[in-house]
Amino acid sequence: MMDDWTTLGYLVSAILFILGLKRLSRPRTAVRGNQFGAAGMLIAVVVTLADNAILSFEWIIAGLVLGTAIGAILAVRVRMTAMPELVALFNGFGGGASVLVAAASFSEAGDLGTDTTRMSAAAALASLIGAVTFTGSLIAFGKLRESLRWSGFAGMRVVSVTGAAAAVVFATLMVIDAQNPLWLWLLVAVGAVLGVLVVSPIGGADMPVVIALLNSLSGLAAVAAGFVLDNSLLIIAGSLVGASGLILTQIMCVAMNRSLPAVMFSPAPSGADGPSADDVYAGKVRSTSPDDVAMLLESAERVAIVPGYGLAVAQAQHAVRDLARRLEERGADVVFGIHPVAGRMPGHMNVLLAEAEISYERLVEMDDINPTFEQTDVTIVIGANDVVNPVARTDPSSPIAGMPILDVDKSNVVVVIKRSLSPGFAGIPNPLFAGENSLMLYGDGREAVVEITKALQQI
Amino acid sequence: MDLLIAVTLFVLAVFLGVELITKVPPTLHTPLMSGSNAISGITIVGALVAAGADHRTFTTVLGFAAVTLAMINVVGGFMVTHRMLHMFRPKRRREAASDESGGG
Repeated sequence: MMDDWTTLGYLVSAILFILGLKRLSRPRTAVRGNQFGAAGMLIAVVVTLADNAILSFEWIIAGLVLGTAIGAILAVRVRMTAMPELVALFNGFGGGASVLVAAASFSEAGDLGTDTTRMSAAAALASLIGAVTFTGSLIAFGKLRESLRWSGFAGMRVVSVTGAAAAVVFATLMVIDAQNPLWLWLLVAVGAVLGVLVVSPIGGADMPVVIALLNSLSGLAAVAAGFVLDNSLLIIAGSLVGASGLILTQIMCVAMNRSLPAVMFSPAPSGADGPSADDVYAGKVRSTSPDDVAMLLESAERVAIVPGYGLAVAQAQHAVRDLARRLEERGADVVFGIHPVAGRMPGHMNVLLAEAEISYERLVEMDDINPTFEQTDVTIVIGANDVVNPVARTDPSSPIAGMPILDVDKSNVVVVIKRSLSPGFAGIPNPLFAGENSLMLYGDGREAVVEITKALQQI
Repeated sequence: MDLLIAVTLFVLAVFLGVELITKVPPTLHTPLMSGSNAISGITIVGALVAAGADHRTFTTVLGFAAVTLAMINVVGGFMVTHRMLHMFRPKRRREAASDESGGG
């Protein structure tokens, strides 16, 4: 069905995707890498349009124009703090497209009577994975926007298991009775429900894992669609994305010291059994004021800033940039300590700080910054909690035991900017806040940082 | 395409993907994710065939919807990745770049 020229064109675009992904993983070449990927996609589209299989163009042009307009508007308008939910949304659309492609070719093939076991099985996989990706990503989108707080109902796991069993049954029926499109649509429906059920209970700090996993699934849905259409490019490009998503998922799990099944199937860890907040905090927490923090910073030679999701919520990245510049003008050495799962998606903090024009050379990874905290005069923690909780090192019974953390408690003074002493995602109190060298600065992250910068100017 | 050849392609591409991505620095996790996400919009190729191969109206409508969704994924994904990566560039180079593109 495909001409040789089309196949060769697909080879060129597969090579561009490979080179693009390779360049995307190096800071110096990443922009070029993204352009390689876009060029590969353009070649794939042009080559397909030139192929003999395309007979009419009205619907294609309408879809291309509409999709381009919507995608471009969303991409240009999104704020950097909202990037995680937009990526989740795009990801869902990719999965949805794979479902529709599989459904379209499956129902055509059924009409022509060219049903083969292989094609039906591939169509079943594409519709199931695609549907899970589609609704799962929409739920993730809602959760990341914080407009969706629903986290499921009692007995949901039973429904999920039943749904998974139903999916196997419908997929089998699709292969046996390929002339009947009903099975495909039932499978899509079950997949859609499963996507909702699996992603709904997951929240908070586990979000980066889910986003990475959905990213991987959207690639696998494209692979399955490639098996339906007998298309080499879909198989290759989909596999590359599937593999890269899996690697990112694994990196995120390691950073949280949680296994993937634990993230997917066990509820968020709760700190109910540990010491209560009153025991940890009573009489030991010292609060401070922006003026006092400015005095501390005035004499500091080395300052570390540790941002968490609170920085994104407070839109404090530009205020933090101003503070860092002011400190540098005074001769202090300022670095940023970035925990791998800080924020709502992998690398979220890096994007926000880069938006504020903080050079990525100043952003120091956990393993590199941890040995330096002992020589740090002042560490400022903004809107981070569990990732700086020393309990992870000290208490083996804690829900976050063994999770790699930033050892901010080892610096001379720790200033924690936070609205209150409320627990983080893990739901446990943080002894850091009650530490001998810790000072709490209560308030909105951005306002607090602006106040400190102002006070520093007046010294 | 022979099924075994298709499976071979799949397995080799997975290994290649793992090799390509393993050493990516955390700074680039978000752009890498959104860039690879845009590449997963490759399903646009299948969508084009479904929408343009003069099938029944129902199939054509499915194809049209698939083209639209995949195109949002592709165009939005590459553009948003470009925006993010642009912020990672050193300031001087960034200003030079926006001068070249007429202040955009």
